[in-house]
Amino acid sequence: MKMKSLLVGLGLIAGMSAAHAAEDPFKVGFVYVGPVGDLGWSYEHDRGRQELEEYFGDKVETTFVENVPEGADAQRVITQLAKSGNDLIFSTSFGFMNPTLKVAKRFPDVTFEHATGYKRAKNMGTYALRTYEGRYVSGVAAGMLTESNTIGYIGSFPIPEVIRDINSAFMAAKSVNPDVTMKIVWVNSWYDPGKETDAANALMDQGVDVLLQHTDSPAPLIAAEKRGVRAIGQASDQSSFAPEAHVFSVRDDWAPYYIKVAQAVMDGTYQPQDFWGGFQDDMLSLASINDNLPEDVRAKIDATYDKLASGEFHPFTGPITDNKGNVVVPEGHTLTDQELAQVNWYVEGINDQIPR
Amino acid sequence: MIRVQARTEQSRLMTFASPLLAIVLTLIFGSILFTALGKDPLQALHVLLIMPLSDAYNVSEMLVKMGPLLLCAVGLSLCYRANLWNIGAEGQLLAGALGGSAVALAFGDSESMWVLPVTLLGGIASGMAWSAIPTYLKLKFNSNLILTTIMLNYIALYLLIWAVHGPLRDPMGFGFPESALFSDAALLPVLSDSGRVHLGVVFAVLAALVAWFILSKSHLGFKIRVYGADEPAATYAGFNANGISWFVMLFAGALAGLAGVAEVAGPIGQLTPNVSPGYGYSAIIVAYLGRLHPAGAIVSAVFLAILYMGGDLAQIEMGIPIAVVGMFQGVLLFFLLACDFFIRYRLVSSRETVA
Repeated sequence: MKMKSLLVGLGLIAGMSAAHAAEDPFKVGFVYVGPVGDLGWSYEHDRGRQELEEYFGDKVETTFVENVPEGADAQRVITQLAKSGNDLIFSTSFGFMNPTLKVAKRFPDVTFEHATGYKRAKNMGTYALRTYEGRYVSGVAAGMLTESNTIGYIGSFPIPEVIRDINSAFMAAKSVNPDVTMKIVWVNSWYDPGKETDAANALMDQGVDVLLQHTDSPAPLIAAEKRGVRAIGQASDQSSFAPEAHVFSVRDDWAPYYIKVAQAVMDGTYQPQDFWGGFQDDMLSLASINDNLPEDVRAKIDATYDKLASGEFHPFTGPITDNKGNVVVPEGHTLTDQELAQVNWYVEGINDQIPR
Repeated sequence: MIRVQARTEQSRLMTFASPLLAIVLTLIFGSILFTALGKDPLQALHVLLIMPLSDAYNVSEMLVKMGPLLLCAVGLSLCYRANLWNIGAEGQLLAGALGGSAVALAFGDSESMWVLPVTLLGGIASGMAWSAIPTYLKLKFNSNLILTTIMLNYIALYLLIWAVHGPLRDPMGFGFPESALFSDAALLPVLSDSGRVHLGVVFAVLAALVAWFILSKSHLGFKIRVYGADEPAATYAGFNANGISWFVMLFAGALAGLAGVAEVAGPIGQLTPNVSPGYGYSAIIVAYLGRLHPAGAIVSAVFLAILYMGGDLAQIEMGIPIAVVGMFQGVLLFFLLACDFFIRYRLVSSRETVA
């Protein structure tokens, strides 16, 4: 009798402590600039969040806030995530940099990670993608596929990341097609299907027959499919929007990083750093390479991917001259990540000026 | 049969009952919506409507959100009272943010006590200049004020984007389109320890009170109301129509400009391409919900600020998607405007009218 009630009691206590452990998971918050349904940037961050939750199961609980404007609201949203008990907060757009830093100072016990920025603190790190790797493969494919020798690039904002990728794509195209030229249109937005469609049409009107985009909606692919030209998807697998036109999509995959950081914070081994992930880290991949590509193009895409993923080749290895005739990367030098973050020149052959 | 009949005069009862009726209808609709989504409706309504006021930090943030809405709405209320359809608060706000930032950044690291006042004046003057353009075009060429003010909103936005990519870009900012952070001397003093509520919010409330006084107690306010209600009568009475137009438009421009500069010199602390999430447009709703009365605008600005904050909190606390929050907010505004119908009209059964 006594033994039995003791056992029941122990069982209850064990049950309670198990319940307590389950009630007290590691909480991770995410702040998105767009809607999770943008099928691009925020969509992929949200997939990373879901995979993080799947990986850790009950040990991790996640929350997200979507469509957060990059103005005064960002700081409030990040603060409220910290106040509601999140242990780790990812803010996933450049415009959240200063708000994240301010909140990080107020909540020293919470860890913050900011995507694509350059300001860090004791409890705030930054992370970004080596998008120029994906862009280099895109450039190779575009250079081989173009018949008009004119490829188009839809730019978001003229910031170093985008300018770097334009250079990467153009150098790649040039390496397989010496006659290639590039036309660039800026839409001053990361996600604006209407403007992206207009930009795509404007480029195609100028004879562009392969479209690259540094914006997040599938609108340019849809426009390309209509006009029967080629386009390359951005951020997520966008093949379904353009079954014929789609070359491949360069997919962002944030899950490996989110899992790694969450683990480090849980273990108490977290150190803020500036992490850049690419092919090698499985944070970038080529998704849905189209079966309708010529065999030589397909082979070249695979070879270029392997060369970049193995680290054997880096697109920004000198000598590189800008389009004003200055040597910007001397022979024998490869740009460091810090230098890559400051690229503000177009390579030789891009007949355009960076908007100021 | 039930039919609609115009009331001979506005119902005083319905003027007060209409918002309450709208809130009750929204609560019913919201309960159904949240239950259908498998969320506890009471908790959802609590998070959406009560939680934004639940602690000092949230109240402070609510006031930060309310400030620019109120400043823009007060100016718009005066314009609309004068029958001037100014949709340009957004552009005037952005112009104020841009002009104020140019001044603040020109001072650099100066610690002078004049930095902040001159920055604010720079913002106010920019907002006034931006509203002067459509006013001049209307008075001189009789251009459509709605169209010109909307178009100037876009021009202001692109001017701002150009400035943060060019002359005002942070030279140490790796080329990102943001200005340097303002020096402390250019920042509005913060009024609370826990949040970001700043002096600009006080200006907003003062502006509403001043506008209230002008509109209901001054001769100028009388002229504005007459001009708006019956322009020929105002002209016949010898009121200076151009003077009235200039006054309300410049007043609205000044307030919207102040709202803009108070954002960059307040919670943001620098010029970015995303100064306003559309405050100038939301302020149109605020002005109408406040029945084009400056005091009413205070109530409706607080109300809208709560709704916006509640939307974020609902995502954080309950995982309610933003689209559902948007639906809830839209329905609330819909009911509010729909119930106003009963101020001017009533439903009667046709038998009653026959008898």
